[in-house]
Amino acid sequence: MALLETHGLTAFYRDFQALFGVDVSLDAGETLAIVGANGAGKSTLMRSISGVLINGARQILFEGRPIGALAAPQVMALGIAMVPEGRKLFPSLSVEENLLIGRYGRTTKGPWSLETVYRLFPILKERRNNPGTALSGGQQQMVAIGRALMSNPRVLLCDELSLGLAPVVIRDIYAAFPAIRESGASIVVVEQDIGQAMKIADRLYCMMEGRVTLSGRPSELNRAAIHAAYFGADS
Amino acid sequence: MNWADTILQGILLGGLYALFAAGLSLVFGIMRLVNLAHGDLIVLAAYLILVLVDTLHLNPFVALVIAMPIMFGVGWLLQAYVLNRTLGPDILPPLLVTFGLSVVLQNGLLQAYSADSRRIPSGYLDTASISIGSLHAGVMPLLTFVSAVAVILILNRLLYATELGRAFRATSDDAVTAGLMGIQPHRTFAIATGIAMTIVAVAALYLGTRSNFDPTIGPARLIYAFEAVIMGGLGSLWGTLIGGIILGMAQTIGGAINPEWQILAGHIAFVLVLLFRPRGFFPRAVD
Repeated sequence: MALLETHGLTAFYRDFQALFGVDVSLDAGETLAIVGANGAGKSTLMRSISGVLINGARQILFEGRPIGALAAPQVMALGIAMVPEGRKLFPSLSVEENLLIGRYGRTTKGPWSLETVYRLFPILKERRNNPGTALSGGQQQMVAIGRALMSNPRVLLCDELSLGLAPVVIRDIYAAFPAIRESGASIVVVEQDIGQAMKIADRLYCMMEGRVTLSGRPSELNRAAIHAAYFGADS
Repeated sequence: MNWADTILQGILLGGLYALFAAGLSLVFGIMRLVNLAHGDLIVLAAYLILVLVDTLHLNPFVALVIAMPIMFGVGWLLQAYVLNRTLGPDILPPLLVTFGLSVVLQNGLLQAYSADSRRIPSGYLDTASISIGSLHAGVMPLLTFVSAVAVILILNRLLYATELGRAFRATSDDAVTAGLMGIQPHRTFAIATGIAMTIVAVAALYLGTRSNFDPTIGPARLIYAFEAVIMGGLGSLWGTLIGGIILGMAQTIGGAINPEWQILAGHIAFVLVLLFRPRGFFPRAVD
Protein backbone atom coordinates (compact mmCIF):
# COMPACT_ATOMS: atom_id res chain seq x y z
CA MET A 1 0.00 0.00 0.00
CA ALA A 2 1.26 3.45 -0.86
CA LEU A 3 1.89 5.86 2.03
CA LEU A 4 0.03 8.68 0.31
CA GLU A 5 -2.10 8.49 -2.80
CA THR A 6 -4.65 10.49 -4.71
CA HIS A 7 -7.48 8.90 -6.68
CA GLY A 8 -9.22 10.89 -9.39
CA LEU A 9 -8.47 14.06 -7.48
CA THR A 10 -10.46 17.05 -8.64
CA ALA A 11 -10.09 20.59 -7.32
CA PHE A 12 -11.91 23.83 -7.97
CA TYR A 13 -11.44 27.54 -7.34
CA ARG A 14 -15.10 28.53 -7.38
CA ASP A 15 -16.26 27.74 -10.93
CA PHE A 16 -12.79 27.18 -12.28
CA GLN A 17 -11.66 23.56 -12.28
CA ALA A 18 -7.92 23.24 -11.65
CA LEU A 19 -7.47 19.45 -11.35
CA PHE A 20 -9.21 16.85 -13.53
CA GLY A 21 -8.77 13.44 -11.90
CA VAL A 22 -5.16 13.31 -10.76
CA ASP A 23 -3.71 9.94 -9.62
CA VAL A 24 -0.41 10.18 -7.79
CA SER A 25 1.12 7.78 -5.29
CA LEU A 26 4.03 8.10 -2.89
CA ASP A 27 5.70 5.12 -1.22
CA ALA A 28 7.36 5.32 2.18
CA GLY A 29 10.91 6.63 1.92
CA GLU A 30 10.45 7.75 -1.67
CA THR A 31 11.14 11.16 -3.20
CA LEU A 32 8.71 12.30 -5.89
CA ALA A 33 9.08 15.25 -8.18
CA ILE A 34 6.12 16.92 -9.82
CA VAL A 35 7.06 19.03 -12.83
CA GLY A 36 5.03 21.16 -15.15
CA ALA A 37 4.60 24.66 -16.47
CA ASN A 38 2.83 27.50 -14.69
CA GLY A 39 -0.85 26.72 -14.27
CA ALA A 40 -0.40 22.97 -14.71
CA GLY A 41 -2.01 22.35 -11.31
CA LYS A 42 1.12 21.42 -9.33
CA SER A 43 0.53 23.90 -6.53
CA THR A 44 -3.18 23.07 -6.47
CA LEU A 45 -2.20 19.43 -5.94
CA MET A 46 0.01 20.45 -2.99
CA ARG A 47 -2.69 22.69 -1.54
CA SER A 48 -5.21 19.86 -1.85
CA ILE A 49 -3.04 17.32 -0.06
CA SER A 50 -2.06 19.73 2.72
CA GLY A 51 -5.69 20.64 3.43
CA VAL A 52 -5.59 24.28 2.34
CA LEU A 53 -8.14 23.21 -0.28
CA ILE A 54 -10.91 20.82 0.75
CA ASN A 55 -11.58 17.90 -1.61
CA GLY A 56 -13.65 14.75 -1.65
CA ALA A 57 -12.65 12.68 1.40
CA ARG A 58 -11.66 9.53 -0.51
CA GLN A 59 -9.78 11.40 -3.22
CA ILE A 60 -6.71 11.55 -0.98
CA LEU A 61 -5.64 8.59 1.14
CA PHE A 62 -2.90 8.57 3.78
CA GLU A 63 -2.04 5.00 4.84
CA GLY A 64 -5.41 4.06 3.39
CA ARG A 65 -7.23 6.59 5.52
CA PRO A 66 -9.36 9.19 3.68
CA ILE A 67 -7.98 12.67 4.37
CA GLY A 68 -9.24 14.67 1.37
CA ALA A 69 -11.84 16.54 3.38
CA LEU A 70 -9.61 17.37 6.35
CA ALA A 71 -8.49 20.94 7.02
CA ALA A 72 -4.82 21.89 7.20
CA PRO A 73 -4.34 21.61 11.00
CA GLN A 74 -5.72 18.05 11.00
CA VAL A 75 -3.57 17.04 8.03
CA MET A 76 -0.51 18.46 9.76
CA ALA A 77 -1.39 16.48 12.89
CA LEU A 78 -1.19 13.26 10.84
CA GLY A 79 2.41 14.06 9.90
CA ILE A 80 2.16 15.80 6.53
CA ALA A 81 4.05 19.10 6.56
CA MET A 82 4.25 21.63 3.76
CA VAL A 83 6.82 24.19 2.65
CA PRO A 84 4.42 26.59 0.93
CA GLU A 85 5.07 28.34 -2.35
CA GLY A 86 6.70 31.71 -1.73
CA ARG A 87 8.05 30.50 1.66
CA LYS A 88 5.41 32.40 3.67
CA LEU A 89 7.53 33.10 6.74
CA PHE A 90 5.76 34.92 9.56
CA PRO A 91 7.10 38.50 9.51
CA SER A 92 6.35 39.15 13.21
CA LEU A 93 8.42 36.15 14.26
CA SER A 94 12.20 35.83 14.47
CA VAL A 95 14.01 33.08 12.58
CA GLU A 96 14.06 30.88 15.66
CA GLU A 97 10.39 31.56 16.43
CA ASN A 98 9.50 30.69 12.84
CA LEU A 99 11.23 27.35 13.37
CA LEU A 100 9.56 26.80 16.74
CA ILE A 101 6.08 27.49 15.38
CA GLY A 102 6.62 24.51 13.07
CA ARG A 103 6.20 22.14 15.97
CA TYR A 104 3.22 23.96 17.50
CA GLY A 105 1.23 21.70 19.77
CA ARG A 106 3.19 18.62 18.70
CA THR A 107 4.88 16.19 21.02
CA THR A 108 6.05 13.70 18.38
CA LYS A 109 9.62 12.59 18.96
CA GLY A 110 11.88 12.48 15.94
CA PRO A 111 15.20 13.43 14.47
CA TRP A 112 14.41 17.11 13.95
CA SER A 113 14.86 19.78 16.60
CA LEU A 114 16.26 23.33 16.64
CA GLU A 115 19.70 21.79 17.05
CA THR A 116 19.51 19.44 14.07
CA VAL A 117 17.89 22.06 11.84
CA TYR A 118 20.73 24.45 12.72
CA ARG A 119 23.20 21.69 11.89
CA LEU A 120 21.50 21.25 8.50
CA PHE A 121 21.50 25.02 7.79
CA PRO A 122 24.27 26.56 9.97
CA ILE A 123 23.67 30.08 8.65
CA LEU A 124 20.27 30.11 10.38
CA LYS A 125 21.88 29.75 13.79
CA GLU A 126 23.87 32.95 13.21
CA ARG A 127 20.72 34.77 12.22
CA ARG A 128 18.36 33.16 14.73
CA ASN A 129 17.27 36.46 16.28
CA ASN A 130 16.65 38.34 13.03
CA PRO A 131 13.10 38.75 11.79
CA GLY A 132 12.44 35.91 9.35
CA THR A 133 11.76 38.30 6.51
CA ALA A 134 15.09 40.16 6.95
CA LEU A 135 16.94 37.21 5.42
CA SER A 136 17.93 36.62 1.79
CA GLY A 137 15.56 34.57 -0.36
CA GLY A 138 17.67 31.44 -0.07
CA GLN A 139 17.98 31.75 3.69
CA GLN A 140 14.24 32.31 3.97
CA GLN A 141 13.71 29.11 2.01
CA MET A 142 15.96 27.32 4.49
CA VAL A 143 13.81 28.64 7.36
CA ALA A 144 10.66 27.46 5.58
CA ILE A 145 12.12 23.96 5.11
CA GLY A 146 13.40 23.90 8.70
CA ARG A 147 10.00 25.04 9.96
CA ALA A 148 8.29 22.14 8.20
CA LEU A 149 10.91 19.67 9.46
CA MET A 150 10.43 20.80 13.08
CA SER A 151 7.14 18.88 13.14
CA ASN A 152 9.08 15.69 12.33
CA PRO A 153 6.83 14.96 9.38
CA ARG A 154 6.41 11.61 7.69
CA VAL A 155 5.67 13.36 4.41
CA LEU A 156 7.34 16.63 3.44
CA LEU A 157 5.64 18.59 0.65
CA CYS A 158 7.83 21.26 -0.98
CA ASP A 159 6.11 23.70 -3.30
CA GLU A 160 8.39 25.52 -5.78
CA LEU A 161 11.54 25.68 -3.67
CA SER A 162 13.54 27.34 -6.41
CA LEU A 163 11.06 30.12 -7.15
CA GLY A 164 12.93 33.38 -7.54
CA LEU A 165 16.27 32.01 -6.36
CA ALA A 166 19.66 32.05 -8.10
CA PRO A 167 20.90 28.68 -9.45
CA VAL A 168 23.80 28.56 -6.99
CA VAL A 169 21.39 29.11 -4.09
CA ILE A 170 19.04 26.43 -5.41
CA ARG A 171 21.95 23.98 -5.46
CA ASP A 172 22.72 24.78 -1.80
CA ILE A 173 19.14 24.10 -0.81
CA TYR A 174 18.87 20.80 -2.66
CA ALA A 175 22.18 19.79 -1.05
CA ALA A 176 20.20 19.41 2.17
CA PHE A 177 17.85 16.80 0.71
CA PRO A 178 19.97 13.66 1.20
CA ALA A 179 20.02 14.40 4.96
CA ILE A 180 16.25 14.92 4.98
CA ARG A 181 15.74 11.59 3.18
CA GLU A 182 18.02 9.81 5.60
CA SER A 183 15.92 11.12 8.48
CA GLY A 184 13.11 8.94 7.14
CA ALA A 185 10.75 11.49 5.62
CA SER A 186 9.10 10.81 2.28
CA ILE A 187 9.31 13.86 0.06
CA VAL A 188 7.24 15.44 -2.71
CA VAL A 189 8.86 18.37 -4.51
CA VAL A 190 7.15 20.57 -7.02
CA GLU A 191 9.69 21.92 -9.43
CA GLN A 192 9.73 23.78 -12.73
CA ASP A 193 13.35 22.88 -13.38
CA ILE A 194 13.27 19.42 -15.01
CA GLY A 195 17.03 18.91 -14.65
CA GLN A 196 16.91 19.53 -10.90
CA ALA A 197 13.86 17.32 -10.51
CA MET A 198 15.47 14.38 -12.36
CA LYS A 199 18.56 14.64 -10.17
CA ILE A 200 16.82 14.23 -6.81
CA ALA A 201 13.66 12.23 -7.52
CA ASP A 202 13.06 8.47 -7.46
CA ARG A 203 10.02 9.02 -9.64
CA LEU A 204 8.70 11.92 -11.58
CA TYR A 205 5.21 13.06 -12.57
CA CYS A 206 4.68 15.59 -15.29
CA MET A 207 1.50 17.66 -15.18
CA MET A 208 -0.24 19.80 -17.75
CA GLU A 209 -3.59 21.60 -17.57
CA GLY A 210 -4.70 19.82 -14.42
CA ARG A 211 -3.82 16.28 -15.53
CA VAL A 212 -0.86 13.94 -15.17
CA THR A 213 0.61 13.58 -18.64
CA LEU A 214 3.64 11.43 -17.93
CA SER A 215 5.18 9.52 -15.05
CA GLY A 216 8.11 7.20 -14.43
CA ARG A 217 11.63 6.85 -13.10
CA PRO A 218 14.10 9.48 -14.33
CA SER A 219 16.26 6.74 -15.91
CA GLU A 220 13.30 5.51 -17.98
CA LEU A 221 12.24 8.92 -19.27
CA ASN A 222 13.90 10.80 -22.04
CA ARG A 223 14.00 14.55 -22.33
CA ALA A 224 11.94 14.65 -25.51
CA ALA A 225 9.04 12.77 -23.88
CA ILE A 226 9.15 15.06 -20.85
CA HIS A 227 9.33 18.08 -23.11
CA ALA A 228 6.20 16.93 -24.93
CA ALA A 229 4.37 16.20 -21.66
CA TYR A 230 5.47 19.54 -20.21
CA PHE A 231 4.53 21.80 -23.07
CA GLY A 232 2.01 19.61 -24.86
CA ALA A 233 3.75 20.17 -28.18
CA ASP A 234 5.59 17.68 -30.37
CA SER A 235 8.94 19.30 -30.76
CA MET B 1 -3.70 74.77 40.04
CA ASN B 2 -1.11 72.37 41.40
CA TRP B 3 0.56 71.18 38.22
CA ALA B 4 2.46 68.26 39.69
CA ASP B 5 -0.69 66.94 41.33
CA THR B 6 -2.78 67.40 38.18
CA ILE B 7 -0.24 65.55 36.07
CA LEU B 8 -0.04 62.72 38.62
CA GLN B 9 -3.82 62.34 38.61
CA GLY B 10 -3.75 62.37 34.80
CA ILE B 11 -1.17 59.60 34.67
CA LEU B 12 -3.14 57.50 37.13
CA LEU B 13 -6.35 58.02 35.14
CA GLY B 14 -4.38 56.92 32.07
CA GLY B 15 -3.95 53.55 33.76
CA LEU B 16 -7.72 53.08 33.72
CA TYR B 17 -7.92 53.97 30.03
CA ALA B 18 -5.06 51.60 29.27
CA LEU B 19 -7.03 48.85 31.00
CA PHE B 20 -10.08 49.71 28.87
CA ALA B 21 -7.90 49.57 25.78
CA ALA B 22 -5.62 46.57 26.36
CA GLY B 23 -8.27 43.96 25.50
CA LEU B 24 -9.42 45.91 22.47
CA SER B 25 -5.82 46.21 21.28
CA LEU B 26 -5.16 42.50 21.76
CA VAL B 27 -8.23 41.44 19.78
CA PHE B 28 -7.63 43.93 17.00
CA GLY B 29 -3.95 43.00 16.82
CA ILE B 30 -4.61 39.30 16.42
CA MET B 31 -7.71 39.11 14.25
CA ARG B 32 -8.20 42.65 12.91
CA LEU B 33 -11.60 42.60 14.57
CA VAL B 34 -12.96 45.89 15.88
CA ASN B 35 -15.24 45.01 18.75
CA LEU B 36 -17.77 47.83 19.02
CA ALA B 37 -19.32 46.14 22.06
CA HIS B 38 -16.05 46.33 24.03
CA GLY B 39 -17.30 49.18 26.24
CA ASP B 40 -20.59 47.43 26.92
CA LEU B 41 -18.74 44.25 27.82
CA ILE B 42 -16.80 46.28 30.41
CA VAL B 43 -20.14 47.46 31.83
CA LEU B 44 -21.46 43.88 31.77
CA ALA B 45 -18.42 42.76 33.76
CA ALA B 46 -18.96 45.63 36.21
CA TYR B 47 -22.52 44.38 36.86
CA LEU B 48 -21.20 40.85 37.25
CA ILE B 49 -18.74 42.01 39.93
CA LEU B 50 -21.46 44.14 41.56
CA VAL B 51 -23.80 41.14 41.77
CA LEU B 52 -21.07 38.98 43.28
CA VAL B 53 -20.27 41.68 45.85
CA ASP B 54 -23.95 42.30 46.68
CA THR B 55 -25.25 38.77 46.88
CA LEU B 56 -22.24 36.91 48.28
CA HIS B 57 -20.94 39.90 50.30
CA LEU B 58 -17.51 39.46 48.82
CA ASN B 59 -14.62 41.84 48.82
CA PRO B 60 -14.56 43.34 45.28
CA PHE B 61 -11.07 41.95 44.65
CA VAL B 62 -12.25 38.47 45.56
CA ALA B 63 -15.26 39.02 43.28
CA LEU B 64 -12.81 39.94 40.51
CA VAL B 65 -10.98 36.64 40.93
CA ILE B 66 -14.31 34.86 40.37
CA ALA B 67 -15.38 37.19 37.55
CA MET B 68 -12.18 36.74 35.54
CA PRO B 69 -12.70 33.07 34.58
CA ILE B 70 -16.41 33.74 33.97
CA MET B 71 -15.55 36.56 31.59
CA PHE B 72 -12.93 34.34 29.92
CA GLY B 73 -15.76 31.89 29.23
CA VAL B 74 -18.02 34.68 27.94
CA GLY B 75 -15.27 35.83 25.57
CA TRP B 76 -14.48 32.29 24.42
CA LEU B 77 -18.11 31.49 23.67
CA LEU B 78 -18.73 34.86 22.01
CA GLN B 79 -15.78 34.36 19.68
CA ALA B 80 -16.32 30.66 19.00
CA TYR B 81 -20.04 30.84 18.28
CA VAL B 82 -20.64 34.38 17.03
CA LEU B 83 -17.64 36.45 16.02
CA ASN B 84 -15.68 33.71 14.22
CA ARG B 85 -18.58 33.46 11.79
CA THR B 86 -18.28 37.14 10.92
CA LEU B 87 -14.57 37.06 10.05
CA GLY B 88 -13.60 37.13 6.40
CA PRO B 89 -12.37 39.39 3.67
CA ASP B 90 -15.30 41.75 4.24
CA ILE B 91 -14.74 44.04 7.26
CA LEU B 92 -18.40 45.05 7.58
CA PRO B 93 -19.98 41.92 9.20
CA PRO B 94 -17.92 42.07 12.43
CA LEU B 95 -18.72 45.77 12.79
CA LEU B 96 -22.44 45.19 12.29
CA VAL B 97 -22.58 42.20 14.62
CA THR B 98 -20.63 43.84 17.43
CA PHE B 99 -22.71 47.01 17.03
CA GLY B 100 -25.82 44.88 17.39
CA LEU B 101 -24.31 43.13 20.38
CA SER B 102 -23.70 46.55 21.94
CA VAL B 103 -27.39 47.43 21.58
CA VAL B 104 -28.48 44.07 22.96
CA LEU B 105 -26.16 44.33 25.96
CA GLN B 106 -27.26 47.86 26.82
CA ASN B 107 -30.93 46.99 26.64
CA GLY B 108 -30.49 43.68 28.41
CA LEU B 109 -28.71 45.42 31.29
CA LEU B 110 -31.38 48.14 31.39
CA GLN B 111 -34.04 45.45 31.63
CA ALA B 112 -32.22 43.57 34.35
CA TYR B 113 -30.76 46.37 36.47
CA SER B 114 -32.76 49.51 35.50
CA ALA B 115 -31.19 52.82 34.55
CA ASP B 116 -30.16 53.67 38.11
CA SER B 117 -26.49 54.43 38.49
CA ARG B 118 -24.64 51.95 40.62
CA ARG B 119 -21.25 51.69 42.21
CA ILE B 120 -19.19 48.78 43.47
CA PRO B 121 -18.47 49.50 47.15
CA SER B 122 -14.85 48.98 48.07
CA GLY B 123 -15.04 49.90 51.77
CA TYR B 124 -12.28 52.04 53.22
CA LEU B 125 -10.35 51.90 49.93
CA ASP B 126 -12.93 54.34 48.53
CA THR B 127 -11.30 57.18 50.37
CA ALA B 128 -7.85 55.86 51.31
CA SER B 129 -4.95 57.90 49.98
CA ILE B 130 -1.20 58.22 50.20
CA SER B 131 0.64 61.54 50.44
CA ILE B 132 4.19 62.24 49.40
CA GLY B 133 5.10 65.86 50.11
CA SER B 134 2.49 67.99 48.42
CA LEU B 135 1.30 65.12 46.20
CA HIS B 136 -1.75 63.11 47.13
CA ALA B 137 -2.85 59.97 45.37
CA GLY B 138 -5.86 57.80 46.06
CA VAL B 139 -5.08 54.16 46.75
CA MET B 140 -7.65 53.01 44.16
CA PRO B 141 -6.17 55.15 41.33
CA LEU B 142 -2.70 53.88 42.28
CA LEU B 143 -3.93 50.29 42.23
CA THR B 144 -5.54 50.95 38.85
CA PHE B 145 -2.27 52.16 37.41
CA VAL B 146 -0.26 49.32 38.92
CA SER B 147 -2.82 46.84 37.54
CA ALA B 148 -2.56 48.39 34.07
CA VAL B 149 1.22 48.06 34.08
CA ALA B 150 0.96 44.49 35.38
CA VAL B 151 -1.62 43.54 32.74
CA ILE B 152 0.58 44.93 29.96
CA LEU B 153 3.70 43.21 31.34
CA ILE B 154 1.88 39.88 31.50
CA LEU B 155 0.35 40.31 28.02
CA ASN B 156 3.73 41.15 26.51
CA ARG B 157 5.27 38.14 28.20
CA LEU B 158 2.42 35.98 26.89
CA LEU B 159 2.81 37.31 23.35
CA TYR B 160 6.59 37.21 23.09
CA ALA B 161 7.69 34.35 25.33
CA THR B 162 5.13 31.55 25.04
CA GLU B 163 4.04 29.08 22.41
CA LEU B 164 0.51 30.49 22.55
CA GLY B 165 1.88 33.99 21.92
CA ARG B 166 3.82 32.78 18.90
CA ALA B 167 0.62 31.20 17.61
CA PHE B 168 -1.24 34.51 18.15
CA ARG B 169 1.36 36.45 16.17
CA ALA B 170 1.65 33.85 13.42
CA THR B 171 -2.14 33.71 13.00
CA SER B 172 -2.25 37.50 12.87
CA ASP B 173 0.41 37.50 10.12
CA ASP B 174 -1.12 34.80 7.92
CA ALA B 175 -3.96 32.56 9.05
CA VAL B 176 -3.68 30.13 6.09
CA THR B 177 0.00 29.42 6.68
CA ALA B 178 -0.64 29.22 10.43
CA GLY B 179 -3.08 26.42 9.59
CA LEU B 180 -0.27 24.56 7.82
CA MET B 181 1.65 24.71 11.12
CA GLY B 182 -1.20 22.91 12.88
CA ILE B 183 -2.65 26.07 14.42
CA GLN B 184 -6.44 26.24 14.34
CA PRO B 185 -7.08 29.95 13.78
CA HIS B 186 -10.63 29.92 15.13
CA ARG B 187 -9.60 28.22 18.34
CA THR B 188 -6.70 30.67 18.72
CA PHE B 189 -9.11 33.57 18.23
CA ALA B 190 -11.46 32.18 20.90
CA ILE B 191 -8.61 32.02 23.42
CA ALA B 192 -7.55 35.58 22.50
CA THR B 193 -11.03 36.99 23.06
CA GLY B 194 -11.24 35.03 26.32
CA ILE B 195 -8.03 36.69 27.48
CA ALA B 196 -9.31 40.10 26.35
CA MET B 197 -12.48 39.59 28.42
CA THR B 198 -10.38 38.63 31.44
CA ILE B 199 -8.69 42.04 31.12
CA VAL B 200 -12.13 43.60 30.68
CA ALA B 201 -13.06 42.19 34.10
CA VAL B 202 -10.05 43.95 35.66
CA ALA B 203 -11.02 47.19 33.92
CA ALA B 204 -14.60 46.76 35.12
CA LEU B 205 -13.54 46.47 38.76
CA TYR B 206 -11.79 49.85 38.64
CA LEU B 207 -14.50 51.44 36.51
CA GLY B 208 -17.13 50.34 38.99
CA THR B 209 -15.30 51.23 42.20
CA ARG B 210 -14.00 54.64 41.09
CA SER B 211 -17.20 56.09 39.70
CA ASN B 212 -20.87 55.45 39.12
CA PHE B 213 -21.96 53.42 36.16
CA ASP B 214 -25.22 52.58 34.44
CA PRO B 215 -26.08 50.39 31.43
CA THR B 216 -25.54 53.17 28.87
CA ILE B 217 -21.97 54.29 29.60
CA GLY B 218 -20.27 51.58 27.53
CA PRO B 219 -19.90 53.42 24.21
CA ALA B 220 -18.05 56.34 25.84
CA ARG B 221 -15.56 53.86 27.40
CA LEU B 222 -15.13 52.34 23.95
CA ILE B 223 -14.18 55.75 22.56
CA TYR B 224 -11.58 56.32 25.30
CA ALA B 225 -10.20 52.86 24.60
CA PHE B 226 -10.00 53.56 20.86
CA GLU B 227 -8.29 56.88 21.44
CA ALA B 228 -5.71 55.28 23.72
CA VAL B 229 -4.99 52.49 21.23
CA ILE B 230 -4.65 54.82 18.25
CA MET B 231 -2.56 57.44 20.03
CA GLY B 232 -0.22 54.73 21.25
CA GLY B 233 0.10 53.14 17.83
CA LEU B 234 -1.75 50.03 16.68
CA GLY B 235 -0.19 46.79 17.81
CA SER B 236 1.97 48.17 20.63
CA LEU B 237 0.76 47.43 24.16
CA TRP B 238 3.18 49.83 25.85
CA GLY B 239 2.03 52.39 23.29
CA THR B 240 -1.52 51.78 24.50
CA LEU B 241 -0.43 52.65 28.04
CA ILE B 242 1.21 55.87 26.78
CA GLY B 243 -1.94 56.65 24.77
CA GLY B 244 -4.05 56.13 27.89
CA ILE B 245 -1.76 58.41 29.90
CA ILE B 246 -1.93 61.17 27.26
CA LEU B 247 -5.71 60.94 27.27
CA GLY B 248 -5.86 60.92 31.08
CA MET B 249 -3.50 63.90 31.39
CA ALA B 250 -5.36 65.91 28.75
CA GLN B 251 -8.63 65.29 30.58
CA THR B 252 -7.33 66.19 34.05
CA ILE B 253 -5.48 69.27 32.81
CA GLY B 254 -8.54 70.36 30.83
CA GLY B 255 -10.73 69.69 33.86
CA ALA B 256 -8.39 71.63 36.17
CA ILE B 257 -8.65 74.69 33.93
CA ASN B 258 -12.39 74.44 33.57
CA PRO B 259 -14.45 71.40 34.57
CA GLU B 260 -16.57 71.75 31.42
CA TRP B 261 -13.50 71.09 29.27
CA GLN B 262 -12.50 67.80 30.82
CA ILE B 263 -13.89 65.40 28.19
CA LEU B 264 -13.37 67.81 25.32
CA ALA B 265 -9.68 68.27 26.19
CA GLY B 266 -9.12 64.51 25.84
CA HIS B 267 -10.69 64.46 22.39
CA ILE B 268 -8.69 67.53 21.32
CA ALA B 269 -5.47 65.80 22.38
CA PHE B 270 -6.53 62.82 20.28
CA VAL B 271 -7.17 64.99 17.21
CA LEU B 272 -3.80 66.69 17.65
CA VAL B 273 -2.00 63.34 17.82
CA LEU B 274 -3.87 62.21 14.70
CA LEU B 275 -2.81 65.41 12.92
CA PHE B 276 0.88 65.26 13.78
CA ARG B 277 1.52 61.53 14.40
CA PRO B 278 -1.21 59.79 12.39
CA ARG B 279 0.29 56.37 13.09
CA GLY B 280 0.51 57.05 16.82
CA PHE B 281 3.62 57.09 18.97
CA PHE B 282 4.77 53.47 18.79
CA PRO B 283 3.35 51.91 15.61
CA ARG B 284 4.39 48.31 15.12
CA ALA B 285 7.34 48.09 12.72
CA VAL B 286 5.78 45.31 10.67
CA ASP B 287 2.33 46.04 9.34
